Amino acid sequence: MAKLTINGKAFEVDVEPDTPLLWAIRENAGLTGTKYGCGIAQCGACTVHLDGVATRSCGVQVSDAVGKQITTIEGLASDGALHKVQQAWIAKDVPQCGYCQSGMIMAVAALLKEKPKPTDADIDEAITNICRCGTFQQAREAIHAAANA
Amino acid sequence: MNKHVSLNRRAFVIGTAAAGAGLALGLDIPFGGPTVVRAADGSPEVNAWVVIRPDDTVVIRIARSEMGQGTLTGLAQLVAEELECDWAKVTTEYPTPGQSVARKRAWGDFSTGGSRGIRTSQDYVRKGGATARMMLVQAAANEWKVPVAECSASNSVITHKPSGKTTTYGKVVEAAAKLEPPADADVKLKDPKDWKIAGKPILRLDTADKTTGKMVYGIDVKLPGMLNAAIKDCPVFGGKLKSYDEAKVMGMKGVKKVVRVNDTTVAVVADTWWHAKTALDALPIVWDEGENAKVSSDSIGKWLAEGLDNAQPAFVGNQNGDAKAVIAGATKKIEAVYSYPYQNHACMEPLNATALYTADKCEVWCGTQNGEAAFAAVLEASGLPADKCEVHKQMLGGGFGRRGQTDYVRQAVEIAKQMPGTPVKLLWSREEDMLHGTYHPVTQCKLTGAFDADNNLTALHVRLSGQSILFKLRPAALVNGMDPAAFQGLAPTGEAAIGYTVPNLLVEHSMRNPHVPPGFWRGVNVNHNAIYLECFMDELAQAAGQDPVEFRRKLMAKHPKHLAVLNAVADKIGWGKPAPKGVYRGIAQHMGYGSYVAGAAEVSVDGNKIKVHRIVAATDPGYAVNPAQIERQVAGSFVYGLSGLFYGGCTVKDGRIEQTNFDTYNSMRMSEMPKVESIVMPSGGFWGGVGEPTICVAGPAVLNAYFAATGKRIRSVPLRDQNITFA
Repeated sequence: MAKLTINGKAFEVDVEPDTPLLWAIRENAGLTGTKYGCGIAQCGACTVHLDGVATRSCGVQVSDAVGKQITTIEGLASDGALHKVQQAWIAKDVPQCGYCQSGMIMAVAALLKEKPKPTDADIDEAITNICRCGTFQQAREAIHAAANA
Repeated sequence: MNKHVSLNRRAFVIGTAAAGAGLALGLDIPFGGPTVVRAADGSPEVNAWVVIRPDDTVVIRIARSEMGQGTLTGLAQLVAEELECDWAKVTTEYPTPGQSVARKRAWGDFSTGGSRGIRTSQDYVRKGGATARMMLVQAAANEWKVPVAECSASNSVITHKPSGKTTTYGKVVEAAAKLEPPADADVKLKDPKDWKIAGKPILRLDTADKTTGKMVYGIDVKLPGMLNAAIKDCPVFGGKLKSYDEAKVMGMKGVKKVVRVNDTTVAVVADTWWHAKTALDALPIVWDEGENAKVSSDSIGKWLAEGLDNAQPAFVGNQNGDAKAVIAGATKKIEAVYSYPYQNHACMEPLNATALYTADKCEVWCGTQNGEAAFAAVLEASGLPADKCEVHKQMLGGGFGRRGQTDYVRQAVEIAKQMPGTPVKLLWSREEDMLHGTYHPVTQCKLTGAFDADNNLTALHVRLSGQSILFKLRPAALVNGMDPAAFQGLAPTGEAAIGYTVPNLLVEHSMRNPHVPPGFWRGVNVNHNAIYLECFMDELAQAAGQDPVEFRRKLMAKHPKHLAVLNAVADKIGWGKPAPKGVYRGIAQHMGYGSYVAGAAEVSVDGNKIKVHRIVAATDPGYAVNPAQIERQVAGSFVYGLSGLFYGGCTVKDGRIEQTNFDTYNSMRMSEMPKVESIVMPSGGFWGGVGEPTICVAGPAVLNAYFAATGKRIRSVPLRDQNITFA
């Protein structure tokens, strides 16, 4: 049994300490917006924030997330308003299949917190999520739009 | 070479159409519903395509699957256009395959592949919208007791012009739903030039939930009491499951059952998927790998290379004149051999399906590109009749052709059948997904061209050797043993016709089918055929001492639509004008899925690193239902195509695929993505697809630009094998 704080809410999850955080979030906390893509921290579909830092949750053990603030895509909006990255994503019609987008949006939200006006080079370095539909062009536009919102 | 499935005419004849086997099942169930058919919430159907709620909400039924390509929105635009409804009030829903069977296939074909989603349903969905509009207007006219000709509809409002009276769809829908539909001949469709909703770059209908985590994909399905299954199929294709020692894992946390799924496959069922996977990894399994364990990429490559020999038998797919004789007698000729590897679809969402089996019902929840094929798989695997089966389609986390197959659906039912009453979600690990794909087929190609004394191309011989998808998946579609699809983009006529006229032309295919299962990988056979033809066109131009665009143009006089897209990209990229310093250009054109496409690339090369600076792409799909979505499909096609070119390639060792995850089968990232400038140039008069055609020009445009930069030809894929990567 581990105590996790996800989107400001306490969860007691009955898992082994070495369970990847991804699966505790999806299966035990029941928050399925965070996606499984590879399980080896390559694709970024499972990206969440750990104390505000974009983290690939398939590569983090539950024991290492105890005591930290975990934010998932379901917790990104605040006070009933979508995060500016989500708003930009909708305005620019970014998602295609959308499966990788939770992770990409979480990565972008963390980037904008660190660098409110990222350059293309900043984006290239920080946003390394795999998107097989290939919606990178629209994502880049939306990142700049969110930065300027 | 008996380890491989050899060309065998008898096998072609006795083969059955596995892919289409389910489509006729249960279609005789009589439809004896009430006069007014109602949706689940009680709102009346005007017809199968259109439900209108009292608050004027318009529910448009979509039979094809949405997997990111935008078909859901595009089809809704076409229905809404004819319906004359308020687009802001439109929502969509999927009819289920079970409902379709019960209603004599009211929604037609569910299959979503071959870039057919819009082009092969546009006619009847538009008629569905138009018919519904006519019935709604008629209902208003009846109520007002005025001639219907004096009434018109716009934006979900019906107006009687002489009196100025108005009403809305929601107010007359009950009456409309009771009317007889108009005769087919009386239903007139709009001229596309009058479109107001279709043809416009409007936003997708399914975006918001994809930004908040609310969208439910197959992997997200939750049912009361549901268990989770992890699965392993014999890593060697064609091998068998010999034995496993379940005692070793039954005591592990959460494990409920170890299931022999079928002759080749074992699964662990547990409370959570993580527990199931952990136990499966610990399960001792003995495989009978069989003869195929001796096959490697080397042995396949050698076998295919033998097929390049003209003495070997081959099917002729396109022929005029006598290319062999002209080449034999030519004083100037060039020859080159190309190859293209296996590729995995690598959908971001690994394959999955959730099944619930009871003695009298079997239901499946899954993402599928073909609801009807999934339904047929459920029938077959469950052994239950059509009225006791159902498939609930979920959003697809990518399809690209992989989710047109139903192996994962069948497995889910086979597992659930052994646990009656308990819903079980089967999820493949990424590793299982990589090891059990239906792979882009492996091929090689020898191309030979001959010139006269004036450097005119007099003969072209394209000799393909390699795998047929139809041989494995749709043998009934073979024509006297020949796979017509092998000539995609090289055919004399049709929706994938070659764009060149050569006085003596021979295109042939030596079919060789290794044991690795092939499948329809976005773009399918145009992926390799375009690289072969368009890179060799560049080689021919070089040998003739001519500009690659000028050289092509001379052969394209009789192919004006191919030529138009080529000219469009040449013009926009500035062909013939100086490129920025250190930047070089390449170009390619092709036809597939009824659309004409061309691409041009600007690259720079630094040692073994290629920087793709700019892509210009042109598409003529006949009609453009949503230009903004076409642009996204085109840009995405370059990501998929260039990922395959640079990073892809699945290799075979000991009978199994070597690449197991994205660390060994990489995909392009944002930093590597060039800017794609899309030219959407619908010329009208035909309906082409857009999800797939453009992918095939990505590779040759970049390879030809690489040659322009370096003077080196690359004739095999992926580039990582040659230590070449993105800058």
